Amino acid sequence: MSATDGAQGAPRPAGSRSRGGLLQRYEWLRGYLLMSPTMLLMLLMLIVPIVALIIISFWTQDLYSIDTTFTLDNYWHLVQPGKKTTYWWGIPFRLLNPVYAILLVKSVILALMATAAVILLAYPMAYFLAFRVTRHKVLWLILITIPFWTSYLLRVFAWKIILGYNGVVNSGLISLGIIDKPLEFLLYSPFAVVITLAHAWAAFAILPIYVSLEKIDRSLLEAATDLGYRPLERFWHVTLPLSAPGTIAAALLVFIPTVGDYVTPAMVGGSGGTMVGNIIQVLFGRANDAPLGSALSLAMMLIVTLLVVAFLQLVGYRRMRHWDS
Amino acid sequence: MPRRIDALTVYGVAFLIFLYAPVLLLPMFSFNDNTFAVFPLVGFTTSAYVELANNDSLLNALRNSLIVGSFVSIFSTVFGLLAAMAATRYRMPGRAPVMGVIMLPLVVPSIILAVALLIVLRKVFDIPLTLWTVGAGHILLCVPFSMLVLISRLEGFDKSLEEAAKDLGENGWMTFWRVTFPLALPGIVSSLLLAFTVSFDEYVIAFFLSGIDQTLPIFLWSQLRFPERLPMTEALGSCILFASTIIVVASELLRRRGVKSTRPTGL
Repeated sequence: MSATDGAQGAPRPAGSRSRGGLLQRYEWLRGYLLMSPTMLLMLLMLIVPIVALIIISFWTQDLYSIDTTFTLDNYWHLVQPGKKTTYWWGIPFRLLNPVYAILLVKSVILALMATAAVILLAYPMAYFLAFRVTRHKVLWLILITIPFWTSYLLRVFAWKIILGYNGVVNSGLISLGIIDKPLEFLLYSPFAVVITLAHAWAAFAILPIYVSLEKIDRSLLEAATDLGYRPLERFWHVTLPLSAPGTIAAALLVFIPTVGDYVTPAMVGGSGGTMVGNIIQVLFGRANDAPLGSALSLAMMLIVTLLVVAFLQLVGYRRMRHWDS
Repeated sequence: MPRRIDALTVYGVAFLIFLYAPVLLLPMFSFNDNTFAVFPLVGFTTSAYVELANNDSLLNALRNSLIVGSFVSIFSTVFGLLAAMAATRYRMPGRAPVMGVIMLPLVVPSIILAVALLIVLRKVFDIPLTLWTVGAGHILLCVPFSMLVLISRLEGFDKSLEEAAKDLGENGWMTFWRVTFPLALPGIVSSLLLAFTVSFDEYVIAFFLSGIDQTLPIFLWSQLRFPERLPMTEALGSCILFASTIIVVASELLRRRGVKSTRPTGL
């Protein structure tokens, strides 16, 4: 099964030659044959469903049945201008149904805030792991990895307990005599959503950053020192640019799923911290309007994709990857 | 190198505390003799755990989660292994976009995967929602993880071992069972364990794709509506946390054994 054995032409029983002539000749064909079950699974369970999502977003819900005439109504519903202006955090929305646009903008902003917090928290930790930890490295790595795999739901639940009306922070502050009645803004607010997201995703960001820091050739750092860079200058001109690909990958790995997060805003967001994931759930559930829900889901994915592409263009990610390899 | 206690080390320890402290509140309050999760702690009790053991719908949800998790871990590992073997053993034109598609479930928000699957299941094929549909959704989510874990394992050992087996006259199937499989075994077990944990803990897809049969995270969520059941919910969370941690530690130890520490793995 090696890269060379098709060309070697080692003696084989005649039967296998006629049976797998094409397969013997073309290595890539054997590769794709081996991969075909997984590719079929992805076709059936990822590509087909997403195509179905796109198709249904051009249909409309007709009380209990679905009207299958092609229409852009659902998308128009999301952006249709209206007479009244609604403000959210000072941003004006002159739309007939401003709730969707507001939630999209809000989700993007909250996700950006959470991503920024995650990267700021995770980068020093990754740096510490890559440059300071020499003994028990496996132990440290496992300690960082455990939260990566174990329950996201439970981490969010823990924050509900911490920030709740009768929660840890409020009861702690009251028993210390700092406040005399619970602070209500702690739970059920955008603030609660951002802090919970930042904590819940922090573990996801460390590993990509750590890998890119670990890959840096140490002699480059020594060279920088020999050339007279002070530690901070060295970090700014050498370490940071070289770790940028991993850091950018980490930011995207956190940002993209966070925009559509459902668990955190549902558990700690309340009405002020609702995000687009929650309204998608309502549209597919109680509101029974799958076509509009599909259009909203796709609008969200489109916005996220555009933001990501624009961001990668801006930082010149392609060029960076080129240097990297 | 002498051990240095500098700001960065302090930060490292502080970060670990920040990462773990919130979650460790769950077991702490689950033993506290108070319906509310408030300080100061008043007394030690295990009543929440007794309540857990006597809750039939919980035990039922646990059984469902175990069934779905086992099913998902086996299938996701098989699909992941096939893809990983193809990706590490053959030069394939167009490999990058294919791998990109297989990795998509890692980045696409799970609510999108859930609603897309829901449409296909309900509106296109009219398949009733059962534990089978939850399992199918979880396989989609776990295959990329399994594949990544197995790729790093398969890249970690010498390909010439497989070539040697072929040169000694073994066919492809026997080479797989006698050489590839035993060498990949730590990765395979690790993939089984990780896929099980991901499925066992997953909420969003399970919530959208389940019918009347609840999985454990769905049960836990449904209990949050009842403030008086908070200690029991915390106890349940603690148990899930404990079980997943053991599984993940076992899997990580297996996975990192034999992989050179100079070659950091992707995940």
